[in-house]
Amino acid sequence: MGRYLIKRSLTLILVLLGVSLLVFGFVRLIPGDPAVVMLGERATPESIERVRAQLGLDKPVYEQYLIFIANALRGDLGTSVLRQEPVTREILRRFPATIELAFGAMIVATFLGIPLGILSAVKRNSWFDASSMVVALTGVSMPIFWLGLMLIFLFAVTLHWLPSGARLDANAQYEPITNLVLLDSLLQANLALFAQGLRHLILPAVALATIPMAIIARMTRSSMLEVLNQDYVRTARAKGLKERSVILRHALRNALLPVITVVGLQVGILLSGAILTETVFSWPGIGRWLVDAIYARDYPIVQGVTLTIAIIFVLINLVVDILYTLVDPRVRLDA
Amino acid sequence: MSTSITTTAPTAPPVAKSLTRPPRSLWRDAGQRLLSNRLAQLGMVIVIFFLFLAIFVPVLFPYNPRIDSDLASQLQPPSLEHPMGTDEQGRDVMRRIAHGAQASLGVGIGAVLIAVIIGTVLGLVSGYVGRSLDLGLMFGMDILLSFPGLLLAIAVVALIGPGLRNSLLAISIVSIPIYARIARSTVLSLKQQEFITAAHAVGAQGGRILSRHVFPNSLSPILVTATLGIAAAILETAALGFLGLGQQPPYPEWGAMLADSVKYLTSGAWWVLLFPGLMIMLTVLGFNLLGDGLRDALDPRLRAN
Repeated sequence: MGRYLIKRSLTLILVLLGVSLLVFGFVRLIPGDPAVVMLGERATPESIERVRAQLGLDKPVYEQYLIFIANALRGDLGTSVLRQEPVTREILRRFPATIELAFGAMIVATFLGIPLGILSAVKRNSWFDASSMVVALTGVSMPIFWLGLMLIFLFAVTLHWLPSGARLDANAQYEPITNLVLLDSLLQANLALFAQGLRHLILPAVALATIPMAIIARMTRSSMLEVLNQDYVRTARAKGLKERSVILRHALRNALLPVITVVGLQVGILLSGAILTETVFSWPGIGRWLVDAIYARDYPIVQGVTLTIAIIFVLINLVVDILYTLVDPRVRLDA
Repeated sequence: MSTSITTTAPTAPPVAKSLTRPPRSLWRDAGQRLLSNRLAQLGMVIVIFFLFLAIFVPVLFPYNPRIDSDLASQLQPPSLEHPMGTDEQGRDVMRRIAHGAQASLGVGIGAVLIAVIIGTVLGLVSGYVGRSLDLGLMFGMDILLSFPGLLLAIAVVALIGPGLRNSLLAISIVSIPIYARIARSTVLSLKQQEFITAAHAVGAQGGRILSRHVFPNSLSPILVTATLGIAAAILETAALGFLGLGQQPPYPEWGAMLADSVKYLTSGAWWVLLFPGLMIMLTVLGFNLLGDGLRDALDPRLRAN
């Protein structure tokens, strides 16, 4: 295990270096002078010089990269061009909103997807099985930004049941501690604020959860079906255990192993999906910030957010791999 | 002295004809399994319908979006004259959806085709040559896979500029590693097999071995992945269009049409929102059903359930 971890960590460092090189090269690959592209043709020579110096474009490329890496390691991802804000600080300020959204979506996806998969497997070939698998297949085929807009149209515009976007009402009194609205409102014992935050979270979380939920349901179903054919399940039934106990204690525990990996692999989908969901629901996370930065050609922000998301993505994939080997001792570690 | 040996031709034992089956190729077998799968049939019908729209509608019903505007009939609900209503410029939504099929399917299929060709060649060569080339190429693929697909596509388009052709490029770059990995794993699993050694022994060169002996074995996993990949690519095209990074106005594209519909959500114009999204969903569903059917047909062992 120790050797495996060391090898994986070394590979991780190399991959992250490669990722940083790609993200760094991103701005250098822009055709023309990045400073002119960012500021527009009518910018004054002084401001172009200022941005060139700020981006370090006046130094040789390898030196620029070394500075970029050294700064990134110290947690400094540069300064945004338009508002002159430190990118790292702004990412930290906005990231809790994205985490809250992704977490809400993950809860919806697992707590609906797994029971749906179990029921489909147990009632195999019934109308319930057929219809839930049709729903799952439709779910993975749906553009989530469309689903989000439909949810807004139905539940916010037409029925007025839920708000159409943002994390809180415009006039809400909110003093951020961690910037996680639900957590902060509990810490401040403000149940009204908690309820409001929850109401705002429901629609975007459901929209973002659709694809992961469908994938988790399909995976749970096929994994359950495999396990239900095993000898030990027949033994459990033969010795007279209640069906409920056979399903939940004997079959489910073994069936959930592959599901864990699948749940972990949804993180990429959640992070990509957050870009679209946040845009649709005016959710002030890093996804929407990235899209705005692309429109404004504010490349330090684009670089910083891209790098941050890639690092999180790589780290979570590693954690899922390691968790899997811990949970399932049969997985051999061929270091 | 040699004695001539007279041999009589051994008489073959009578074969029970009813026990043997006429030999059929893997592909014909798979084709028959595919055609007898209900869901795959549905997928095929959907895919053929939208391919038909994408190929024939632009030819049969020429459409110039630059002059398509009828301000007298803005945002009209569905009627006999306009079955899917009209949009904010009085344009017939159904016509724009029919013409938008070309953008979605063109980019979806085109991007996957490019990715399959480049990815397969990279993977085959990388796995066959091995050593430092393999290490370097696969490291590059690992780096591309370190980004969630849509994020990388967005970043590429942000770099090279918005537009339909650039979305195609971005989506194909993002998909290359998937096919490179499949092709490479086929090479690695076949490299030590006897028929490859035999091909070497009769003097076949690397290129011939890869194209004639290795590639055909990677065809079925690549075909399945590519069909499902087209579904994903169509979703990504729509997402880029929705973000304003894909097809530019006034040309019709389903994702961009949805972005336009946002402004009219509060005025209750549900038709500009419903129909373009429904078309994306149907097309993607069609390719997903077809891909699932292909997988079951090509690998009967997976059909246990």
